[in-house]
This record gives sequence, C-alpha cells and structure tokens, in this order.
Amino acid sequence: MNITKTIDATGLSCPMPIVKTKKAMDTINSGEILEVLATDQGTLSDIPAWAKSGGHTILEQKTEKDVLYFYIQKA
Amino acid sequence: MTISKWTAAQVARKVIDNEELFILDVRNKDAFEDWKIEGHKFEYLNIPYFELLDGVEKILPQLPTNKDVIVVCAKEGSSVMVAEMLSEAGREVAYLEGGMKSWSSYLEPIKVADLENGGELYQFVRLGKGCLSYMVTSGGEAAIIDAVRFSDVFTNFAKEKGVQIKHVFDTHLHADHISGGRDIAAETGATYYLPPKDATEVVFDYTPLTDGLNVKIGATQMDVNALYSPGHTIGSTSFVIDNQYLLTGDILFVDSIGRPDLAGLAEDWVGDLRETLYTRYRELAEDLIVLPAHFMTIDELNEDGTVARRLGDLFKENHGLNIEDEDEFRRTVTENLPPQPNAYEQIRQVNMGKIAPSHDEQTEMEIGPNRCAVR
Repeated sequence: MNITKTIDATGLSCPMPIVKTKKAMDTINSGEILEVLATDQGTLSDIPAWAKSGGHTILEQKTEKDVLYFYIQKA
Repeated sequence: MTISKWTAAQVARKVIDNEELFILDVRNKDAFEDWKIEGHKFEYLNIPYFELLDGVEKILPQLPTNKDVIVVCAKEGSSVMVAEMLSEAGREVAYLEGGMKSWSSYLEPIKVADLENGGELYQFVRLGKGCLSYMVTSGGEAAIIDAVRFSDVFTNFAKEKGVQIKHVFDTHLHADHISGGRDIAAETGATYYLPPKDATEVVFDYTPLTDGLNVKIGATQMDVNALYSPGHTIGSTSFVIDNQYLLTGDILFVDSIGRPDLAGLAEDWVGDLRETLYTRYRELAEDLIVLPAHFMTIDELNEDGTVARRLGDLFKENHGLNIEDEDEFRRTVTENLPPQPNAYEQIRQVNMGKIAPSHDEQTEMEIGPNRCAVR
C-alpha cells in the first residue's frame, strides 16, 4: 500500500481524531491514501461512518498493541 | 452567546417532570438509533459531529429558539465543540456533562412508599439504562436489592438516612449490568445473598438466597420474604416486602416479561418462566404492588417517576401474562427475540467474579439499553 500521509491521533479523544483526519484529507488528492493512528475506541465507529459520509474508502483497518490503524483512500 | 453545562441529574429532572427539551445528538446514526435519552416531551435532531466540521449553518433553521437546546455526544468532547460553534453562530445552547456515559450512570432515588413503623422503600431509577434498584429502610437498618455498580450512591444515601446496610441481595445473576452488591457488602460488612442456582460458577463467597428465606430489618422487624421464581435465570428469586410489595427482578415487568435466553438456555427455562408467571404469581395477593428490576420505555414511568403497578392490573393488562396457549407462549419467549444486551456474556463473567475490568471498561460494557424483556 502506498501511503501518502500519516496522522498520529493517539492519545487524543473525540472529536480530535476526526478533526485531524479531515484536515489531512483536505490536503491529499483523490485516490491517495491516508493512514490514521488512534487510541480512542470511539474512532472504531466514527471513522468508518465519517468516511462513508464523504464517500471515502477504508482499505484496511487493524489493531496492534492497543493502537487502531485506518487506511483511507480519498474519494 | 453563553454555553451552559448540564448534568445528567438536570436532564433526569426534565424527564421526570415531563418538561420540554430539544436534544441535538451528535453521535453517529447507528448509536442514536440504538439508544438515546428518552423524554415524554423531548424533540430530537441527530447529526453526527463529523458532518458539522465545516460549520453549523445548515442546521440552524432546525434548532428552536423558544426552548432549551442541549447538545449530546458519547463522552462530551464533540458536544462541547458543536456547542461552541452554535454559540458563535448566536445560539444559546447547553451540552451534557460527561455525555451518554454519564447519562448511562445516573441514578435518581425516588421514594416509593412509607412502610409500617417508620420504614421507607426507595427505588433508584437509572433512566439511561432502564435499571431499577431498591433500598428498604427500617429501624436504623437497610436492605438493598439489585444494586447497580455505583456502590457509593447507595452507601452515601444510607449515610444521609442514618441507616446501616445489613443485607444486600441480587435477585439473579445479572447479564445486562454489573452488580454493585458485592462491593457494597464488602464496604459495609453487610451479608451478600445470591441464588445458589445462578451462582454455580462464581468465584467468591456468598450467602444462599433460597425460597422462603425471611429477613427482618431493623428494630421494627420489617419482613423481607424470598420467593423462588425461576425463568429469566434458573435461580431468579422474587421478594415480598411488608406484605405489600412484590419485587419481581427480571421475571415480570410493567409492560413485558423476562426473557429466558441470556444464559443460553431458553428452551430449558421456558417451562420455569411459564410456571412462575402463570402459577406461582397467580397464588399471590392481587393487591401486591409489582416493583421490577427494569423498565423498557419511559411510558412505564408513573407521574412521580417511579415504576410500580398493582399485580392484579398486570394480570389484566400485561400481554405476557395473557398467552393462554403454552406453545404460543414458548414461541413468544424463544423466537424472534430482540438483540441481546451489549457485552452480556462479559457482564455475566464480571458478576461471577471471573474477570475484573477497569472502571472505563465497565462503562463501555454497559453502554446501551438493558434488553432483558420480551413483549
């Protein structure tokens, strides 16, 4: 996977992970991939719901050592 | 404009006093549809906070200016952000302190009755989750039934009332919420009772709660009598207090009956449930006031906020008590059941003492409605 940008939102609580994700998404081009790291469990439902509302695609999602990873391809 | 911070207690007053409130719920749609703050006269708008990051202008026309508006989210953070945006747009709004987490935790103690010889009976209404706990006081002593996990609410209440907690009961091994019974007993030196048939896997000591057990509370010897009433679980036990009140646990509710499947044995227990509801309870006095361990919707609340109904009225009105045909009853309580409570298997493990999650993990497990009933 060719990651264009990475956002580290670990340790941040809602709404900051989404706020940072959105800002970063605004800076990349359609088809490019954003990697988001977060620890707030709320992101598990909120990031997919946010991506869906913007038409973005979650290519992969995983949890490693309590950190959640999202790979989002911009619409 | 100013932003005010409301506590769950303030919102609870609005529910109980039947007042109007406009709730702007900024959680995502699934969460809102699954579970929200219910009020008789509440209005709602659900827009996820992440759809408002570019501004709140589009929702301004949908927000009333002639009634209180409160912004609600899961934990608080997003509601503060949205409230600030609305304030900058010239609106006066509030947000809920602690979000739905604090709503789920809040308990409102309401007096159900004065008992003989100065005794009192209180119902602790957990509006956010639909859980009901009880405290009986008499002659300087108290008994608690089906305490939820916020043990300090009960111990502080007992201190305020100047009563000593002597007996702590759980009517059954709960699957929808974490019991506070063991903690209260440990803190106060009270005896903790659990039905032995529900306790085969528990890893702590307890006193068996069996049919016919009679406990006297305080100098006035208030009677608390146990009545074996299986069906929701195999150990489920009811209480008759002061010959006037029937605490039914999760067997009988105001507008529904207990579901037999949360321990995985619906087919085995449906016969027990039938016998409890159609035989054992039928032998009791119809004037007993039923006090259940849950309510499902706020329509079940009385005007003073309590959940209580005469047994004889439930025999007439509760659908679950009026299914003549046994096969139809079996199908009703075993097929097409509503979804199970959130994390119910883990919650049972906690209540058996097998796992000890952190405070935050317990909060997460208990998110959502209780879902212990079938209609």
